[in-house]
Amino acid sequence: MNEVKHGRFWTVFFALLCVAYLFPIALVVVNSFKGKVYIASEPFALPNAETFVGLDNYVRGIELSGFLEAFVWSLVITVGATALILLGTSMTAWWIVRVNNGFAKSLLGAFLLNLVVPFQMVMFTLAWVTDRLGLSNPFGLWVIYLGFGAGLAVFIFTGFVKGIPIELDEAALIDGCGPVRTFFQVILPVMKPSLITVAILEVMWLWNDYLLPYLSMDIKKYKTIPIAVQYLKGGYGSVDMGAMMGVLVLAMIPVVAFYLLSQKHIIKGVVAGAVKG
Amino acid sequence: MRRSLIRWGWLFAGPTTLAFMIGFVVPFGLGIYLSFTKFTTVTRSTWVGVDNYVRLIGDQTFLHSLWYTSAFALVTSVIINVAAFAVAYMLVKAIRGSNLFRSVFFMPNLIGGIVLGYIWLLLLNGILAYWTRSITYSETYGFWGMVMLVCWQQIGYMMVIYIAGLQSIPEDILEAARVDGATGRQALFQVVIPLVMPAITVCTFLTLTSGFKMFDQNLALTNGAPSRLSELLALNIFNTFYGRPGFEGVGQAKAVIFLLIVAAIAFVQNRFASSRETAQ
Repeated sequence: MNEVKHGRFWTVFFALLCVAYLFPIALVVVNSFKGKVYIASEPFALPNAETFVGLDNYVRGIELSGFLEAFVWSLVITVGATALILLGTSMTAWWIVRVNNGFAKSLLGAFLLNLVVPFQMVMFTLAWVTDRLGLSNPFGLWVIYLGFGAGLAVFIFTGFVKGIPIELDEAALIDGCGPVRTFFQVILPVMKPSLITVAILEVMWLWNDYLLPYLSMDIKKYKTIPIAVQYLKGGYGSVDMGAMMGVLVLAMIPVVAFYLLSQKHIIKGVVAGAVKG
Repeated sequence: MRRSLIRWGWLFAGPTTLAFMIGFVVPFGLGIYLSFTKFTTVTRSTWVGVDNYVRLIGDQTFLHSLWYTSAFALVTSVIINVAAFAVAYMLVKAIRGSNLFRSVFFMPNLIGGIVLGYIWLLLLNGILAYWTRSITYSETYGFWGMVMLVCWQQIGYMMVIYIAGLQSIPEDILEAARVDGATGRQALFQVVIPLVMPAITVCTFLTLTSGFKMFDQNLALTNGAPSRLSELLALNIFNTFYGRPGFEGVGQAKAVIFLLIVAAIAFVQNRFASSRETAQ
């Protein structure tokens, strides 16, 4: 399906569609430079000499929402939990597939059940368990995310490990490797494509997750970016639209940077995750 | 090999299983138990049998959010899939700028639901202001506002999956159809669509499930206003837990019903996928 009629027409058509697609984001960026009273009254006007406020909204937004701290905690949670999930679930998946006895099979079944369960089912009790175990902080959330997010990762990894010939494991064993060296030096490098897939899916989920940290973490001390944004809305009688616009733009910058840097992997990861999930 | 590995279970499967107990198994079990009790905290609960389930049948906001969410999931699923397929179908052809267009359409997926909600709040309220209304004017406004937001967000995601599906169709099959004199439309409906059926199934279920689970966008865009009429299921459950003292048990029972709905969708998908495998 290579040739296309009216190629130029379609290029123009999609170019216009892209402009329309980016419009909501552009609108927020434009408004982030306007005084707060002008945002609600004339959202579609460009800033002019009277309405332009420079970076005021950004400064106020960072102060009111505690954005910088939230950024750090989002980063700590996302990076730490993703690393822990990758390590923990890849090891578990390999063990499950290779051992494949009754226990391993029922363990896999439990992980698959986790895939189906919506967060609302456990939100109240999970917050209680987290609190009881003293895990209501960003580092404790690493453990919680490993637990609640294990399903998808184990599912993708077991699917992948099943495709690795067992002769590879056996060859390593004959060469005198124990299970630990076999896994880390032989199996894990082979699993690289699935590791990238899972990493992408987890990062997209963890970075944007609102409800789990909101309920399970002590949010007086720790906020993530989505919590900081929501806090800006909830904390005051009337929303400071200027500060809100500034924070929305700031919240999008890391995401767009991440996208530009690793777009290829992201799209591959999404496709691989969907085919299997 | 196998037997020696069993002994290493504590190292390979142990830590994840322990976290899984903490983060899922225990809260899940407690959640099911608590749905049959009246409770204010996990430790202060009294068994009331199916009382919570009886009470939720009489809960108007719940019944309303149930059909509101079903309609939302259905409508978004249809629009997203048709649009995503159409865009993917055009973009796999040699159109100048295809890669750039693809990147732009996918981008909103990386932005979180809360941020997306406030972006669209500005846009939609800005437009509606011309008629001196806002997104919380009625449940219909909120409904279509959320539909637009979610379409904008997810069309790119499904498009990427459809593109992969379309690109995996062997060129010679399409060539054969052309040689046999199939028109463009015949080739589309009788060759291309049947061949990308797996992608269509996956995408349909992905959009249906995410429609049912939608929370962040709902919270940011309408927060259920006016008078809880634009509450999707997840937000309705949240508000029952944290907004109505004495209704925690009912909230937990609602969550169990919610689970059953989502599980039923997953079950049907599974049947679909495996029946296709045996057919081939």
